[in-house]
Amino acid sequence: MWPNKFDYVRAGSVDEALASAAGGGKFLAGGHSLLPAMKLRLDSPEQLIDIGRIPELQGISANGGLTIGAGTTHDAIASSADVQAMCSALASACGQVGDQGVRNFGTLGGNIAHADPASDPPTVLVACGATINIQGADGKRSVGAEDFFIDLFETALDDGELITSVSLPNCSDCQCAYVKFPHPASRYAIVGVAVCLKMDGDTCAQADVAVGGATVKAVKCADAEAALAGTTLDEAALNAAAEAVKADIAEDLIGDIAYPESYRQQMAGVFLKRAIAAAQG
Amino acid sequence: MSTRIFGSGIKRREDPRLITGEARYTDDIKLPGVLHMAVVRSPYAHANIVSIDSSAAEAMDGVVAVYTGDDLEGLAGLPTAWLIPDSDLKTPEHPALAKGKARYVGDGVAIVLAGDRYQAQDAADAVVVEYEELPAVIDPEEAAQEGAPLIHDDVEGNIAFKWAPFDKEASDAVFEAADVVVSERILQQRLLPTAMEPRSAMAQYNPATAELTLWCTSQNPHIHRFIISAVTGLNENKVRVIAPEVGGGFGSKIPCYPDEALVSWAAMQLGVPVKWTETRSENYLITIHGRDHVQHVDMAASSDGKILGVRATVYAGMGGYLSTAAPGIPTILHGLLYVGPYTIDSVYCESIGVMTNGTPTDAYRGAGRPEATFLLERMIDNVAKKIGMDPAEVRRKNLIPAFEDGYDVAAGLTYDSGDYPVAFEKALGMAGYGEFRRQQKSAAAQGRYLGIGVTAYTEMCGLGPSQVAGAVGFQGGLWESATVRVTPTGKVQALIGASPHGQGSETTLAQIIADELGFAVDDIEVIHGDTTETPMGWGTYGSRTTPVTGAALAKASQKLKEKAKTLAAHLMEASEDDIEYADGSFSVKGSPDQTQSIQDVALMAHLAWNMPEGMDPGFEESQFYDPPNFVFPFGTHIAIVEVDSETGEIELQRYIAVDDCGPQINPEIVAGQIHGGVVQGIAQALCEGVIYDENGQLLTGTMMDYCMPKADMFPNFELGETVTPSPHHPVGVKGVGETGTIASTPTVYNAVLDALAPLGVEQIDMPLTSAKVWQAIQDANGGGS
Ligand SMILES: Cc1cc2nc3c(=O)[nH]c(=O)nc-3n(C[C@H](O)[C@H](O)[C@H](O)COP(=O)(O)OP(=O)(O)OC[C@H]3O[C@@H](n4cnc5c(N)ncnc54)[C@H](O)[C@@H]3O)c2cc1C
Repeated sequence: MWPNKFDYVRAGSVDEALASAAGGGKFLAGGHSLLPAMKLRLDSPEQLIDIGRIPELQGISANGGLTIGAGTTHDAIASSADVQAMCSALASACGQVGDQGVRNFGTLGGNIAHADPASDPPTVLVACGATINIQGADGKRSVGAEDFFIDLFETALDDGELITSVSLPNCSDCQCAYVKFPHPASRYAIVGVAVCLKMDGDTCAQADVAVGGATVKAVKCADAEAALAGTTLDEAALNAAAEAVKADIAEDLIGDIAYPESYRQQMAGVFLKRAIAAAQG
Repeated sequence: MSTRIFGSGIKRREDPRLITGEARYTDDIKLPGVLHMAVVRSPYAHANIVSIDSSAAEAMDGVVAVYTGDDLEGLAGLPTAWLIPDSDLKTPEHPALAKGKARYVGDGVAIVLAGDRYQAQDAADAVVVEYEELPAVIDPEEAAQEGAPLIHDDVEGNIAFKWAPFDKEASDAVFEAADVVVSERILQQRLLPTAMEPRSAMAQYNPATAELTLWCTSQNPHIHRFIISAVTGLNENKVRVIAPEVGGGFGSKIPCYPDEALVSWAAMQLGVPVKWTETRSENYLITIHGRDHVQHVDMAASSDGKILGVRATVYAGMGGYLSTAAPGIPTILHGLLYVGPYTIDSVYCESIGVMTNGTPTDAYRGAGRPEATFLLERMIDNVAKKIGMDPAEVRRKNLIPAFEDGYDVAAGLTYDSGDYPVAFEKALGMAGYGEFRRQQKSAAAQGRYLGIGVTAYTEMCGLGPSQVAGAVGFQGGLWESATVRVTPTGKVQALIGASPHGQGSETTLAQIIADELGFAVDDIEVIHGDTTETPMGWGTYGSRTTPVTGAALAKASQKLKEKAKTLAAHLMEASEDDIEYADGSFSVKGSPDQTQSIQDVALMAHLAWNMPEGMDPGFEESQFYDPPNFVFPFGTHIAIVEVDSETGEIELQRYIAVDDCGPQINPEIVAGQIHGGVVQGIAQALCEGVIYDENGQLLTGTMMDYCMPKADMFPNFELGETVTPSPHHPVGVKGVGETGTIASTPTVYNAVLDALAPLGVEQIDMPLTSAKVWQAIQDANGGGS
C-alpha cells in the first residue's frame, strides 16, 4: 500500500521516453502490474517514466495485417472491429483480461513486457505468430513472439528498451479462438489455450496452438499442431492432440498450491479440445 | 388499528451515504498533528527475538519514536474475555508487542511513529530484528501431539482448554448398542473474514484531563472501552471509544487487538494523536481468522434411519494467542448445537483448544454454529448412504415436531419455537425434490453428474440471557439498553448501546419504534457507536441486535406511549380510559375532532406548562433488556449442482433457502442478510480457505490467492419463508444475520458429494476446488492422473 519514494516524469514522445530511460527507472503504462508490485514493495524503481500519453504508442491500424500500438488498452483491442475480424482470438483474450477497470487501464505493451506467466494476450500472440516491435537507444528491432517470451517475467527486452507496437498477420481466413480456465481467486489463467486453424474444406491444413497459464511462458505446441494438421479434427485427432499438448508443455509447467502442475497439464488437454470447438463454433 | 411499517421492505436508510462515499470511516477522520504508526511484524511463524536495532529507523526523516515490547511500560497484555469454566483453561500472556518470542507471522515486534504513513513504513523497514527461527506448527491436531513445538511455556502440550460437558459413558453406550455407526474426519478450514473496510484505530489523549478518545473499527465500542481502560490503567469514565462508520466485521471487529492498545498507549506517551490503518495484506495476516477445526465425528443410527447419537472430538486452532472471545467459539457456540433440528437424544463433544503458530482465531459469521451444522448434516448424508435411504427421508424422519413455546434438547438448550417440518417440506416443494431425483438419474445415463444437498438447521442467536453468559464464563453481560428521546419539535433520537456496521439496523430499529410510537421512520434517527453518547451495550454480533436491542427499543417506546396517553388525556381533559390511539394520534372516544398528535404531546411534555399531577417533564425513556432465552431461527436450504468430470469444476445451478426468523421487520433486509450469508457459506464449501506452508507462512496472503466469492459464481437465490414468532420476544423476532452462513456450507458440500457418488468419491476436504475434485475423481477411478 505504501510504495518507496520514486521520481516521476511524463514522456511526450518515444524519443523523450528513451532519453529518460537512460537515467534508469521503469516505464509506466497502465500501471496495473507495476503499481501493485510497488505498493507491496516488491518493486522499487527510483524513477517512473510515464508513457501513457505518447501518441505514437496508441491505436490500431489494419493494413494487410494488424499493427497495435503498445499503449493500446485491452478494452480498445477487445472492442476493435479490425482485431475482431483479423484475429478474433486476440480480441477474445483481451476481453477476458481482469475486469472492465483493468481492461480500461492495462495495455498490451505493459502486459507483454511484464510477462506474467498467467497472462492471456501472450498465448494468442505466440499462437498467431505476432512480432514485437522494439525501440531502444541503439535503434529499432523486431522479435517474434515465440522468442520474445523467455521465462517467468523475463523477455527479450534489454534495459531501457521500449515496446512500440505489436504486429500480427491477418488471420481472417483462419478459425481461431482463445479459451481460458480462470483461477477462481485472481481470474488470471490457470491455463489458457489459443488455436488458429487453417481449414481446407473439412481438413485442417495447418494448426497453430499455444498454451499459457500452465507454463512459465506462452509455449508453442508443435506436437499438438502435428496431431491436428491433415486431419478432419475428428475425435481421434482431438484425443491425440490433447495427449500431445501435455508433452509439449511438460518442460515448462508451473503450478501453485491450489492448482498444481499435474492438474494444469491435464487441463491443457481438456481446454485444447474446447478451444478447437470454440474456433469451429 | 394503526397502519404498520413493520413488515415493509423500505429502502435502507444508511445506503445513500454508503453508496455515495459520504460515510465517514475511522481512517477518514483527520486530526492535526497526528502521527502515523507502522508495525514491524515478525516474518516468522515461530522465532526467538534475539535483538532489535532501531537506531537507523530512529534517525530517519519524520520519525518521532520507535518502541519495542520492552518499552511498553504501563501497558498490560490483552485479556481473553471468555473464560470457559471446567475446561482447565490457560490464558497465556498476550503482550501488545511480542516479548522474547514471536508466535505467528505478523506478530508485532516494534512500532514506529512518524509524520506520515510513508515515513512510518520506510522506518519500519529499517528496523533490524535478529530472529532465531523455531519449528512451527499450524495444524491444531498436530500441535496437540506430544513432541510438537511448544508455543507458550505455560500452556503445556499447547492445550489451552479441554471442554467436554456431556456424559461420555452414556454416549458410548448409545454407540455400542447402535445398528449403524458412521465416522468422518472433517476439516473446517481457516477462513479470512475480509470485511470490506480494513481495521483502523486512532487515539487522542488530553494530558490535562487525562482523557483518551479512541476511534476504531469496533462492533462493540463499550467492550473496547472496558478493555482499553483495563490495559492502559485509565479510568473507564476517562475513555471514550467511538466506532464511526464501520465497514463490515463478520466478527473480526469484536476483539480488542494489540493495534488498538498500541495507538492508545503511544498517544498517551507522546501527547499527540496517533493513527494506524491496516493494509489488506496486514488484514489477512493479523486480523482474526475463523473456523480452523479438525473434527473426528461419529453418528449412531438405527438401520431404519433413526439418529441415535452424535459425538465429536474437535481440535480447534486458537493461533498464537487467545483472542478476546476465542475459547467460547468451539465450545459453547458449537457443542451445544449438536442436536440441530432433530430428535437426537445423545450428544457428546470434546473440544480441545490448541495453541498453534497461526493467526489467532475468533468469531467469524456463525462462529461455532456453522461447524456444528456442517458435521451434523454431513453425517446424516453418510448415514443415509450407509443404510440406503434417501437423505431427505432420513431428515424428515428425525425432525422435531412443531412446538410453540419451549422444547428441551439433549444438548441442554431450550429451543424457543419451531416448526421444522413445514419449512422442510416447503423447501423440498420449491426444489421439486422428487422430480430432481428422476432428472439426476437420466442425466447420469448421459454421463452428467448432478447432485442435490438438503440441510435442515436451527441455530442459537440473539445472545443471550446474561445469567447464561455468566454461567458459561463470558466476561460480560448480554443484555442491551436503549434510550428513546423525542425532541421538543417531535423528532426522535434512538440511542443504542449496540453498534451495527452494515446490517441495516438504522432502518429496522426505526421501523420498530415507528410502529410502537406512531412517528414516521424518517423522523427517527438511530444513534450508535459512541460510548459517551450512547447508553451501555454489549455490541453487535451473534445476530443479537434486532432481537435484543429491538426489544429494548420496543419496550422503551411502549413506556413513552403510556406517558403520552396519560398526558394526552390530561390535555384533552378526558379520562385515560376514553383515550383512543391510532397512527400517532390520540383522541377521545366519541369526540373524534379532539385530537393530540404524539408530536403535540411531546412538545407539551417538554414545555411542562400543564402536566398531570406527579408526572415528570420531558419525553424520553430508557430501557434495559435482558432476554429470557436465546432465539432459535431455523429453516431448510437446498442446493443443486453439476460437476464437470473433465475439469472438476462445480456449477451451482439452483439454491433454495427457506428461513424462519419470526415476523420479518423488513423483508428486503432479511433477504439481503440471507444472500450475503449464503454467499459466505457457499464460499467456504467451494473456494475460500487459508493455506499455510510447513513453516507457517501464509500462502493465501492476498486476494490473488485467497478466493473471495464473486457474483458470477451464483444463480439467483430462491428464497422462501415461514413465520414462527419467538414466544418470549416482545415483537416475536429472531435473528437472521448468520443463518445463511450456517446452513449453506453443508448444503452445497453435500450436493457436490451427491453428484460425485456415482464416481465413487466419498470425501474431499473443503474448499472443493476443481483441482481437488478432479483429483478425487482420478483417485476413485483407481488411476491417479
Ligand atoms: C486486478 C487485476 C486483474 C488482472 N487480470 C489479468 C488477467 O486476467 N489476464 C491478464 O493477462 N492480465 C491481467 N492483469 C494484468 C493487466 O493485464 C496489466 O494491465 C498488464 O499486465 C500490465 O499492463 P500495464 O499497461 O498496466 O503495465 P504497467 O503496470 O504500467 O507496466 C508493467 C511493466 O511493463 C513495463 N512496460 C509497460 N509498457 C511498456 C512498453 N511499452 N515497453 C516496455 N516496457 C513496458 C513497465 O515498465 C513494467 O515493468 C490484471 C491486473 C489486475 C490489477
